[in-house]
Amino acid sequence: MINYSKDSDNIVTLTLDNPNRSANLINIAFGEKFREVLAQLQADTDIRGIIITSAKDTFMAGADIDELFAESDAQSFFDRGQELKAGFRYLETQGKPVVAAMNGTALGGGFELCLAAHRRIAIDNPKTQIGLPEVTLGLLPGGGGVVRMVRLIGLQPSLPFLTEGKKVSPKEALSNGLIHELATDKDDLLAKAKAYILENKTAKQPWDQDGYKMPGGTPLTPKVAQMLPIAPAMLAKKTYNNYPAPLAIMAVAIEGAVVDFETATRIESRYFAKLATGNVAKNMINVFWKQLNGLNAGGSRPKIEQKYSFKKVGVIGAGMMGSGIAYACAMSGLEVVLKDVSQEGADKGKAYSENLLKKRVSKGKSTKEKADEILNRIKATADANDLAGCDLIIEAVFENRELKAKVTAEAEAVMDATGVFASNTSTLPITGLAEKSSRPKQFVGLHFFSPADKMPLVEIIIGKETSDETLARAFDFVKQIKKTPIVVNDSRGFYTSRVFATYVLEGIALLEEGNHPRAIEAAGLKAGMPVGPLALTDEVSLSLFAHIRTQTNLDLAAEGKAIPQHAAYRVVDKMLEMGREGKAKGAGFYEYPKESGAKKFLWPGLAEQFPNTIDLTEQEMIERMLFIQCIETVRCFDENVLMSVPDANIGSIFGWGFAPFKGGTLQYINDYGVAKFVARAKELHAKYGERFAVPASLEQRAAEGKEY
Amino acid sequence: MREAYIYDAVRTPRGRGKKSGTLNEVRPIDLLAQLFRAISERNGYFDTTKVDDVVIGCVTPIGEQGGDIAKFAHMYAGWDQVVSGMQINRFCSSGLEAVNLAAMKIRSGWEEMIVAGGVESMSRNPMGSDGGAWYMDPMVNNQLGFIPQGVSADLIATIEGFTREIVDEYALRSHRLAAHARKNGYFNKSIIPVRDMNGLLILDNDETIREDANMASLAKLSPSFEMMGEMAFDAVAQLKYTKVEKINHVHTPGNSSGIVDGAALTLIGSKEMGAQLGLKPRARIVSAAVTSADSTIMLTGPSFSAEKALKLAGMSPKDIDIYEMNEAFASAVLKFQRELNIDDDKLNVNGGAIAMGHPLGATGAMLVGTVLDELERTNKTTGLITLCVGGGMGVATIIERV
Repeated sequence: MINYSKDSDNIVTLTLDNPNRSANLINIAFGEKFREVLAQLQADTDIRGIIITSAKDTFMAGADIDELFAESDAQSFFDRGQELKAGFRYLETQGKPVVAAMNGTALGGGFELCLAAHRRIAIDNPKTQIGLPEVTLGLLPGGGGVVRMVRLIGLQPSLPFLTEGKKVSPKEALSNGLIHELATDKDDLLAKAKAYILENKTAKQPWDQDGYKMPGGTPLTPKVAQMLPIAPAMLAKKTYNNYPAPLAIMAVAIEGAVVDFETATRIESRYFAKLATGNVAKNMINVFWKQLNGLNAGGSRPKIEQKYSFKKVGVIGAGMMGSGIAYACAMSGLEVVLKDVSQEGADKGKAYSENLLKKRVSKGKSTKEKADEILNRIKATADANDLAGCDLIIEAVFENRELKAKVTAEAEAVMDATGVFASNTSTLPITGLAEKSSRPKQFVGLHFFSPADKMPLVEIIIGKETSDETLARAFDFVKQIKKTPIVVNDSRGFYTSRVFATYVLEGIALLEEGNHPRAIEAAGLKAGMPVGPLALTDEVSLSLFAHIRTQTNLDLAAEGKAIPQHAAYRVVDKMLEMGREGKAKGAGFYEYPKESGAKKFLWPGLAEQFPNTIDLTEQEMIERMLFIQCIETVRCFDENVLMSVPDANIGSIFGWGFAPFKGGTLQYINDYGVAKFVARAKELHAKYGERFAVPASLEQRAAEGKEY
Repeated sequence: MREAYIYDAVRTPRGRGKKSGTLNEVRPIDLLAQLFRAISERNGYFDTTKVDDVVIGCVTPIGEQGGDIAKFAHMYAGWDQVVSGMQINRFCSSGLEAVNLAAMKIRSGWEEMIVAGGVESMSRNPMGSDGGAWYMDPMVNNQLGFIPQGVSADLIATIEGFTREIVDEYALRSHRLAAHARKNGYFNKSIIPVRDMNGLLILDNDETIREDANMASLAKLSPSFEMMGEMAFDAVAQLKYTKVEKINHVHTPGNSSGIVDGAALTLIGSKEMGAQLGLKPRARIVSAAVTSADSTIMLTGPSFSAEKALKLAGMSPKDIDIYEMNEAFASAVLKFQRELNIDDDKLNVNGGAIAMGHPLGATGAMLVGTVLDELERTNKTTGLITLCVGGGMGVATIIERV
């Protein structure tokens, strides 16, 4: 785990080499070994210096999150943190020079170990990542990272690294003062490490030297002090106070900056224990670590050994969605045929990629050559024959059954006989569309989110006839374009569109009841949703909602089922009557002033049309908007639309931005407490109607004390 | 019930609170010491051994204003060593709080004669330089939803519909009334000109009153709190005030209180001690109250504290002849006026801090003198003094001429 070797110059090299994992991690086993190594170092009296490096491609990935997730006792977090940090502290205070020879990525606890070294040298590989991303899992760098970063580069410069988890390349790390030196390769790295030790008989950290002054000043320095009042406000503006970690980090940084190193270390451990035992970290680790890793590793993929890889993808329909899909495919090295009804339309779709690539070049993220290469992978055409040889075709044409049937036939005529045909629809059931296919087993739904080049999720929809092999292929394709797949069964609105709609409809219902529109929007944002329900409705357009409802009602009538009533539709109808269709029309719940730079604002006419006659508490509004999504998700689970908890949680966050700190729609129920959730849902049911009715399966869970 | 009487009230003129301000050269302890000497002189050099305590409000009690300036200011002025002293801080109302505390000391029967007042040399000790957990500690700041007072003032204006024009008109009124009062000598009774060690005059009137103020020049000033508001504080305010879609930043240096240097003292005592020292009571302190409202909107405390003081006094708003509400920000005064339904001709009748400035720790005590002088000049009886205070607090005092 940690190899100890001493050379002829009496330089000890500690090589991190986790035998069980592909990366080095800080966990209990590491802690034990680290303690032994420290004892050995202490006993070894003729040491000239110490080099810490790794036998892996990376230096160290950080803490063992699984182990951390399993622990829930504050005292134990505090004690373990303190013990690890005592070891780090020993390294930096024992007197002999210590060099972190960073052969690769050093993140979290890995970089914190480096920070305890007197010199940090990294191989200049642009792919290497250096940083402290703990905040992204609701934690703080509890291995001395906050205390040392503040002392190393100062309060203000360290905050982006600490509160945003900003990761940098070795070059950027050097220019930001995080490391001291770059090396060309491993030999150069070790040679430089050695040279530093041979040149320096002893070493002390800057903060342990007499006359040390914190770069930029301490919180008591007037220049720093005057920034303190606004810093938490800026955080509140960004997070709506839903994320405790960045605030805790700020507190550790500031509180720790006016006390001595050891005291600061204790403060850091206390806040760490608080975060690590809190719900938000548990929710975020659960979804962004455990469940996401599981999904990406194929959790929802059929157990088919063969992995599929695609070469040539056809995209039919070069609108916003098709263009985004084409870009995502080309970026991942796939050949793309982008087909539209006219050459002009297809060219326009390709221009979308061209613009995005130009931006990447101007931002220095890519080179002109690479960008050209990627763009050349896209063939824009109006000729269906160009789709020949595609092993996957995705149609992204308008949501119209006849049109979709037409392009399906057109594509199947020329594509690979074994290829997959995918429909990117957000509303039309896949099974029905597949009926028009000559190869329904090879027909699948791939629901992308707009803008498809950015959004990380693809919802794979299994039609009645879709084969396991087709599903496995679809899954592998989504992975190939570096997106996260969730798998759902066919149903109206599938999972994401169906549950997403409940959020906005609930928001609109609140308006119908007489709540203040701005208070509704504020509640939506504070609930953790990325956009308020009314603004979101404007984005999607009210006419689309009306359209979906009409289609749904027709379908339900045809099936002989009852048509559900929702107060929201009274508002939607009234708005449409007044020609307020949404953002695209420049008028919806908001006004969209045409002057450049002018911000949208709530339509003043709302006060007249939907007067503010009641003020529900904010908590009531928040819970209604979140509960309705969670209950609908449970229904999807019961109806087998959803088959796994990770699909539900990841889909909700990546698909429509459900409150990430709650860990997803099902994790929210765990977070709330299943029994408490049921009791509260019953109250909402009694007050607001059937849509809040508690599914039997959920009641049973509550009775059994089972979480999702 | 034992009563507390006001025997005297004095103040320095207010100097512009900048390096270029006339009082910038004067140490805050000297501002106070000159007032102590003036009180002695105006009251027949009474026996200062009969004074129990000195209570001095100061909001930035650090450096030369730190270390209990109350005790050392009176000793520096030559008062007897038996007189005690303490400095207090209730932000902008510190000077009035000192008066109220003095009244409570007297009414308790445990003390007989108190000097209460305040001092703030803002040109030498910048506002906020003493720090504070409320805004500098991230956990506290975040939990309490801290925003600067100026943003709070703009929030009030937004909610109440006070437009830029309305607050500017109020500011213009302050300058006009203050200029008129100065010209006609209404302030002369209280003002003690500040002099140097040779007796040479440094400043004898309030330096920031603009006789030439007009709407056009006020309209030219840029909003003071727009940038910081848009950066972050508006969003914090909106976390609580969720119906506010956009905060209208109407406050400028022209319609907010000025930053100035100044000090004020009052002499407060029992009837018996006053008689023993041969002093003539000018007014009775009828009631005093402190309370607090929401700390984010912050400046709405005065109406609540005024209502509390009125209730204690068994009075209604109509029973007050003159109101003095500190002009911290135009919207705060207008909000107070709206809450208590006060006629224009009863409120801040000689202008206020928008024209003359707000030396934080001293203002409350200054306003006691201002109201008392005006009641005497116009032969009226009752006055109510109130200030909005950081953290949402409000302090109010009712006085009655005797």
